Amino acid sequence: MFSNRTRNEAHQGMKKWRDDVREQNDHASGEERVSTVSDLDIDPLYTPENIGDLDFAEKIGYPGTYPFTRGCQPTGYLGKVWTYRMFAGLGSAEDTNRRLHQLLEEGETGLSTAFDFPTLMGYDSDSPRSIAEVGKCGVAIDTMADFERLTRNIPLDRVTTSMTINPPASVLWAMYLVAAERQGVSWKKLGGTIQNDMLKEFIAQKTLMCPPEPSIRIISDTIEFGTSHVPRWNTISISGYHIREAGSTAVQELAFTLADGIAYVQDVMARKKLDVDAFAPRLSFFFDSHLDFFEEIAKLRAARRMWARIMKERFQAKNSRSWWLRFHTQTSGCSLTHQQPYNNIVRTTTEALAAVLGGTQSLHTNSFDEEFALPTEFAATIALRTQQILAEESGVINTIDPLAGSYFVESLTNRIEDEAWEYIRKIDDMGGMLAAISVGFPQQEIANAAYHFKQQVDSQKRVVVGVNKYAARQAESPIELLKVDEKVETEQVKRLRKVKKTRDNREVGRTLRDLRAACQSARNVMPSVIEAVRANATEQEICDVYREVFGEYRDPGFY
Amino acid sequence: MNQKRKLRVLIAKPGLDGHDRGARIIARGYRDAGYEVIYTGLHQVPEQIVAAAIQEDVDLVGLSCLSGAHLHHFGEVAKQLHEKGAGNMTVIGGGIIPETDIPALQKLGIKKVFLPGTSIAEIINWTNKNVKPANRLT
Repeated sequence: MFSNRTRNEAHQGMKKWRDDVREQNDHASGEERVSTVSDLDIDPLYTPENIGDLDFAEKIGYPGTYPFTRGCQPTGYLGKVWTYRMFAGLGSAEDTNRRLHQLLEEGETGLSTAFDFPTLMGYDSDSPRSIAEVGKCGVAIDTMADFERLTRNIPLDRVTTSMTINPPASVLWAMYLVAAERQGVSWKKLGGTIQNDMLKEFIAQKTLMCPPEPSIRIISDTIEFGTSHVPRWNTISISGYHIREAGSTAVQELAFTLADGIAYVQDVMARKKLDVDAFAPRLSFFFDSHLDFFEEIAKLRAARRMWARIMKERFQAKNSRSWWLRFHTQTSGCSLTHQQPYNNIVRTTTEALAAVLGGTQSLHTNSFDEEFALPTEFAATIALRTQQILAEESGVINTIDPLAGSYFVESLTNRIEDEAWEYIRKIDDMGGMLAAISVGFPQQEIANAAYHFKQQVDSQKRVVVGVNKYAARQAESPIELLKVDEKVETEQVKRLRKVKKTRDNREVGRTLRDLRAACQSARNVMPSVIEAVRANATEQEICDVYREVFGEYRDPGFY
Repeated sequence: MNQKRKLRVLIAKPGLDGHDRGARIIARGYRDAGYEVIYTGLHQVPEQIVAAAIQEDVDLVGLSCLSGAHLHHFGEVAKQLHEKGAGNMTVIGGGIIPETDIPALQKLGIKKVFLPGTSIAEIINWTNKNVKPANRLT
């Protein structure tokens, strides 16, 4: 990036600066260790010396051009602002449908649904395991009838929907496809995303069902099905978010996510014999945006550059779209505090700004009350407005990748990239991500990082405003909270029983037997799942087939 | 009864909630503070937690729930411990819990609820002060 002369001058200048500061006995002299939230060392000052040997064309370049450090789209946000996509789900399908419409009316540009724990784990609302969980942490969906209520009057040809669903992703996606069909919308027109990333479930989010190997097989089935029948759908969202929220560092989040991505690409190529360029353009990603502003920006820029290289060099992809790392970002839930909750609005704002400067395609901003309960409409609207203010008032979108060339940001981007490659090499040496998970490697690394962070907070080496510093001097006045009515559960169970009573049970039995046969062979499960959903088979009935054929995975309980 | 023996702690995750960062940190915190720790892992029904508590003969049961189902799950564990004659075990809890639910949880037999932002040291100090060895069953 810089001539030898400039680098030499920077070297001399830096030395002089250090000596001057030391003489003045200033604390910013670099003697005291300063580090990011992930505990990466940071220097007090960066100069051309730090990025002197960086090759502009090879490492930075232009937006829309390999290695895409500056973004996949040539025009950045000038062409299209990121999608305002608020994660929402509560109570019954009607309750959530109402919230989705409200968010769209407030200017949201994409939908994102949160399911309750029974739905996430493949249990119906009348299962003994679902007691007290129905509609609590998201919306309860048991059958196609619920799904149609969820999407009522939402034009599925005009809005894209992201569904955070993992072990039963094939089932909820089938419901979406059938709902679209009943709205008269062709699958070819449908856009959206299913999370469908089981590797990070074993590592971090822990909505669990079947063991890793069959889980990957079902995922490859969905990727294959989408490639030929739903070409605009992102059949997976390879997610670092939950890895980070479980306590990993930024480097671990990046490395484990990309290593998961490598495992999925390998499986689809080997199992389905698909050309990498046939499916890779529809792989999508999901990252966290945490408190450390520059660390997050550097992580996201490094992520695009690394994935482009992985796809081009490792997998020999030829289509430039296969090289793109397109991603959604969510601000960090675990950075929010129960104490002085209005401060969370400020935290979310800086995290959202980091995601934007890192070039996210889609963003969810957390609500200030999420350390207490699911967000109220009031709190969720402020979170949405935060994005709108950044995009439409602050001017940060007016030029593409504005931090490129910053000595510090480029240097940190390189550093994070180098450390993430180190992890990926380690995982490759272990035999890939599945092997690494089976010995608990990523799980243990994350647990160690989480504990280390907690100790730093407890010892006040890291400030948490309102918690370990500037704590409230008197009792705080309570904020208004959302409470999911206990009646949601009894009513949902009633609705489910009614569906079971009025449907054609012979047809349900036939479709489930067909699904079982698909599971027991190499036949793609998606057509059978779609048929079962059409016949009003419940989510659990379909997932029970998976559990019976493939077995169940239990959390090994690392700590 | 040997008063000097280490206190035994069961950390448990009831229900379908998968948020285990807090539970695992607390388990490690107790271990580093010299307690004997058993961690159940995720997705336990109250019956499993109660059976583990009795089988492992613990003094303290720590429950973690971030899904909003705390009133039912915590209450069930406390009730079933009582029914099985293990009512002398101390039961505490933590997670995403509105303050307004705390009195109800205490009524259900949850001796203490720790909210987000609590330090490990606070929890250990409280335990040292408030948890006595439960009458051993054996």
